[in-house]
Amino acid sequence: MACIEARDLRKTFGGTVALDGISLRVTEGHILGLVGPNGAGKTTALNAMLGLTPYQGELRVLGHDPWTERDLLMRDVCFIADVAVLPRWIRVSHLLDYVAGVHPRFDRAKAEGFLTNTTIRLTTKVGELSKGVVTQLHLALVMAIDAKLLVLDEPTLGLDILYRKQFYDSLLSDYCDGSRTIVVATHQVEEIEHVITDVVFIDRGRIVFDSSMDGLESRYVEVLVHPARIDAARALRPMHERQGIGRRALLFDGVDRQRLAELGELRTPGLADLFVAVVGDHAGQAQEAHR
Amino acid sequence: MSTLAPTIAAAAPAAPAQTSTLRRFYWSVRRELWEYQAIYVAPVAVAALVLLGFLISMVHLPADLRAAALDPARQNDLLQRPYRYAAALIMLSTFIVGIFYCVEALYAERRDRSTLFWKSLPVSDVTAVIAKASIPLLILPLVTFAVTVATQLIILLLGTAVLSVSGVNAATLWAHVPLLQMSWLLLYHLATVHALWWAPFFGWLLLVSAWARRAPFLWATLPLVAISIVEKIAFDTTRFATMLQTRYNASREAVIAPGTLPIDPMTHLTPRVFLSSASLWLGLAVAAALLAAAVRLRRARGPI
Repeated sequence: MACIEARDLRKTFGGTVALDGISLRVTEGHILGLVGPNGAGKTTALNAMLGLTPYQGELRVLGHDPWTERDLLMRDVCFIADVAVLPRWIRVSHLLDYVAGVHPRFDRAKAEGFLTNTTIRLTTKVGELSKGVVTQLHLALVMAIDAKLLVLDEPTLGLDILYRKQFYDSLLSDYCDGSRTIVVATHQVEEIEHVITDVVFIDRGRIVFDSSMDGLESRYVEVLVHPARIDAARALRPMHERQGIGRRALLFDGVDRQRLAELGELRTPGLADLFVAVVGDHAGQAQEAHR
Repeated sequence: MSTLAPTIAAAAPAAPAQTSTLRRFYWSVRRELWEYQAIYVAPVAVAALVLLGFLISMVHLPADLRAAALDPARQNDLLQRPYRYAAALIMLSTFIVGIFYCVEALYAERRDRSTLFWKSLPVSDVTAVIAKASIPLLILPLVTFAVTVATQLIILLLGTAVLSVSGVNAATLWAHVPLLQMSWLLLYHLATVHALWWAPFFGWLLLVSAWARRAPFLWATLPLVAISIVEKIAFDTTRFATMLQTRYNASREAVIAPGTLPIDPMTHLTPRVFLSSASLWLGLAVAAALLAAAVRLRRARGPI
């Protein structure tokens, strides 16, 4: 069952094209990483899915039209749009009161349970907490909501490495149960690499790459090519080439592994390398290929 | 996926949890009171000042009353004055709070980006805007009423005590101060003028608050001034400015027979005239249109 179904999503701000025909299907239970450089259209795409911005094209999220039915949609969708959007003036206890008051699927006891593991006290005001702790608080709120879809837009931006790691750790251990769908947008590829089940690269308002993580491992391979065999390797048309320590690392798409093994050491490319290969150098070509 | 599907199918009907619109409205109003504590702090603070002034005046009130023993009008004025001050000043404070509240209400949440959090909850823009509009149209009048009546009661009790001690017959006081009637008049005035008659003002402020990217207070006021100036230069008329002024002032005439004060015998109340005046309904229609526009803007506008 599709949790998010987008077809030819378009959005322009003045003369700037933010979304240039995005089609996307996210199935329930999947964790999708939406990866792209700054200004690629990640936030605009998520905002459209959350009913925060109007758009052209077809879009259904959990069967709802987000723009006209945001309030209905938010019974089953949670989002953390950016860090530290919790109002600074509110007391933590009031925040819990409010969410419990308006949200039918919020489990207050659960949220308080999450908070006991942190330094957050119920009497504290949000403004007194550091950015990292505010994110902890927001995550505790969100994890206590029995939602079908969780959308995260750069949830760890500007946090130090400890909080960033902790954020995804608690998400994985306390929230993901296999049935919940998560969409996370970020340009910090490394930190979501081992969390997500699917990945989409977005660049200049277009989807330039779309794969499951399993598919990615079987399709792409990076070869640390011995200098003597570099010409033979290049003949196999690598999609990207970068300088490693002492050797050149060539990235291949769908080339027979046995042939590649003769050229050097094989390894699974990191998402970051793949991202650079697809978006960084060959953005134009990749877009053409995607058509 | 196939293993996950049954889990979801089983979970969906098991959770028909609902919250009613009224409940979401209630919590949205509570939220406003947490954020804008001036809604009740300001009138209470003014009430405290009035009481302080009253207490100081008690030092010379018995002497003043004795001096005015043969002048019932002067006596009446001396005894009723603190009650009028209390009502007028508390009303003024909540009116000012209402203006500042409306200018901030839909602007501050965009400025501090918290709108992204509020919009992540299942509260519609209609509920959110109506909850905000209810502050000047419902909550502030009620707070004004409660604080004023409480203040006047304290003044009455303190006055009784002080006058009794200083040997003036406290019955004079009770005879001159019809507290119940004053409260009823106050409630009537708040409901008709503050809530219904001035509704378009508050609607306009909320609309600007939802629209402005910066300086909402200037946007709320300067265009009105600009229209008046352009009209004056272009047509040498002052219709727009007069209209605003009438809306602000003439409310009293629509409520009570012309030329009378707000605290007046109840025979001067004209609820039928008021409720059947076209201006009232026109004003309410304008207010509704402004609020509807504010709802649309709140939906479309993101953080600044």
